[in-house]
Amino acid sequence: MERLAKTFAATAERSETALVAYLTCGYPAGAEMAGLITSVADAGADIVELGVPFSDPMGDGPVIQHTAAHALAAGMTLPGVIETVREVRENGVDTPIVLMGYSNPFLRYGLTTLYADVAAAGADGLVVPDLPAYEAGDWIKCATESDLAQVFFAAPTSRPERLERTVAASSGFLYALATNGVTGSRAELNPAIGQYLDGVAAIAGTLPVCVGFGISRPEHVRSLHGRAAGVIVGSALMQRLDDARTASAREDMASGFIRELKGACR
Amino acid sequence: MTTRFGDYGGQFVAETLVAPLEELCETYDQALQDPIFRAELDHLLTTFVGRPTPLTRLQHLGIEPHGVTMWLKREDLTHTGAHKINNAIGQALLARRLGKRRIVAETGAGQHGVAVAAACAYLGLDATIYMGSVDAARQRPNLQRIELLGATVQLVDQGTATLKDAVSEAIRDWIGNPDTTHYLLGSALGPHPFPRMVREFQSVIGQEAKQQFLDATGRLPDAVVACVGGGSNAIGIFSAFLDDRVRLVGIQAAGDGRGARGKHAAPLVYGTPGVLQGMRTYLLQDDNGQVELTHSIAPGLDYPGAGPEHSHLKDIGRVEYLTADDNEALNAFVALSRNEGILPALESSHAVAGALRIAPSLPRGSQLLVNLSGRGDKDLTTAMDALDTRKDA
Repeated sequence: MERLAKTFAATAERSETALVAYLTCGYPAGAEMAGLITSVADAGADIVELGVPFSDPMGDGPVIQHTAAHALAAGMTLPGVIETVREVRENGVDTPIVLMGYSNPFLRYGLTTLYADVAAAGADGLVVPDLPAYEAGDWIKCATESDLAQVFFAAPTSRPERLERTVAASSGFLYALATNGVTGSRAELNPAIGQYLDGVAAIAGTLPVCVGFGISRPEHVRSLHGRAAGVIVGSALMQRLDDARTASAREDMASGFIRELKGACR
Repeated sequence: MTTRFGDYGGQFVAETLVAPLEELCETYDQALQDPIFRAELDHLLTTFVGRPTPLTRLQHLGIEPHGVTMWLKREDLTHTGAHKINNAIGQALLARRLGKRRIVAETGAGQHGVAVAAACAYLGLDATIYMGSVDAARQRPNLQRIELLGATVQLVDQGTATLKDAVSEAIRDWIGNPDTTHYLLGSALGPHPFPRMVREFQSVIGQEAKQQFLDATGRLPDAVVACVGGGSNAIGIFSAFLDDRVRLVGIQAAGDGRGARGKHAAPLVYGTPGVLQGMRTYLLQDDNGQVELTHSIAPGLDYPGAGPEHSHLKDIGRVEYLTADDNEALNAFVALSRNEGILPALESSHAVAGALRIAPSLPRGSQLLVNLSGRGDKDLTTAMDALDTRKDA
């Protein structure tokens, strides 16, 4: 939790938007993950969201469905994701890392052991897109005991009174969905996004709000400056990895894209 | 209204769907209390669906050699040929009440897709049906019927390209269009309130069957048997007998019959609790919590989970869950056709197979009620191919 708090304090101090970079762990290979995470962190990503692949990613569009299926076929598992975090921390990377994944693999692992192992490996929190706060009592208890962030979501459809309860249950940051729909790049941002984010921020109070889904271009990031504590970029980054052919080309491609986006955060 | 059945059910969904689900709960609760809604639903069940469906006493199966009388609740005789229409018409009415003109739905065997397409055509709603490409290939007549009824079919190639993946795609569509679209889920599964709502719309099966059985025999059946994929036909007929001293038996698909991973679709027999597609329920999953492949000759049973109420009924021991494999289902398909003149869906053939399996263990004179959830015209190609293969072997 401390790493996340420090990161948001530092970006706010510099009047920057925090850049959250999503990577599907195990795409295209488990052995490449430490290198990729280090590259995006060195290139300026303020937080890494590390995806735990799942067989049935209901909230994801084609790009992340594809990377998750590929990662699973290549043998990535939740223990493998936790091991990746440990490896990255041993390499000296201090960027906050949150694990992002659907409920079932986490439940199968066992929540008590999960949070203890995730904290011991050096990760900073969990983001679970099919877990509304009102279903998350056990999860929140474990997160609090392990001093990990439990991140919940705001959506354009969320009613204010529910959003208040979600904010009260959240730690680390609040993930504001930029639009209805699944993950994936979109040419334009939701035109009402400014008003929506202002409404979310008013309820979130001191809890930092990071906005994601459909954010794929520097101009999107630039237009959100001052409207959210952070922006989350996933599918657009994964799509670029898909376009490169070697491990070093992928690291270069990821670094270049993150630098470009980070430039738009300032 | 509680969102759970014991430890099962709940609402494990994206935040985007929380408000639409709340709205659905509110509208559904109001509709149930509204005599005008009930009257309109009853009217459509009579004049469009063709209810009540009859109860048929079998002339041969079960009697020889076991002295057990078998009765079929004939959901195959509803308009569109399966119990799915009971729920489709109910939810289509609700969608209208919600002010939503666009419907998305999943289909496996195609029966739900056909029912939704028919209900939407009649009530003037737009329908988009997601169907796994594997299922579309093996249920081609239903694909053609859906299109003829004016619905749009979206083929799904993701994952195993069967029912589970069609559900995921329909949910993704709904996440993208929550303000305009109602997701007309076809089985008693998914997030609350779907399992409860679908049971309510299917409970007409059990209410009718119970009264018809009493009228015909002057007593209750000794056992009620139904096939369970998601489990909507089963919960529909079981719901009338839960508080009675009647044995309830759900039959799941054992696929190739060896119980090997990926070769069956029997989570209530071989599975463990987990979370998938909005609900906590028994699930076929591996040690890492990934959902396993399934197989059944019956596309409507080819699903790795079961409705959450079935998980609860299993745990409290109220319903027994047994299996029938592809071969037993094919035998029942042929036996019911030849001996009784009734061509059952391959899904429903599992229920008949299960009934034939337990008949020898029942005392002579026992009365067995089987829910014949759908008709088998859609399955002719699959069944004939499988029977030919068997002949060759």
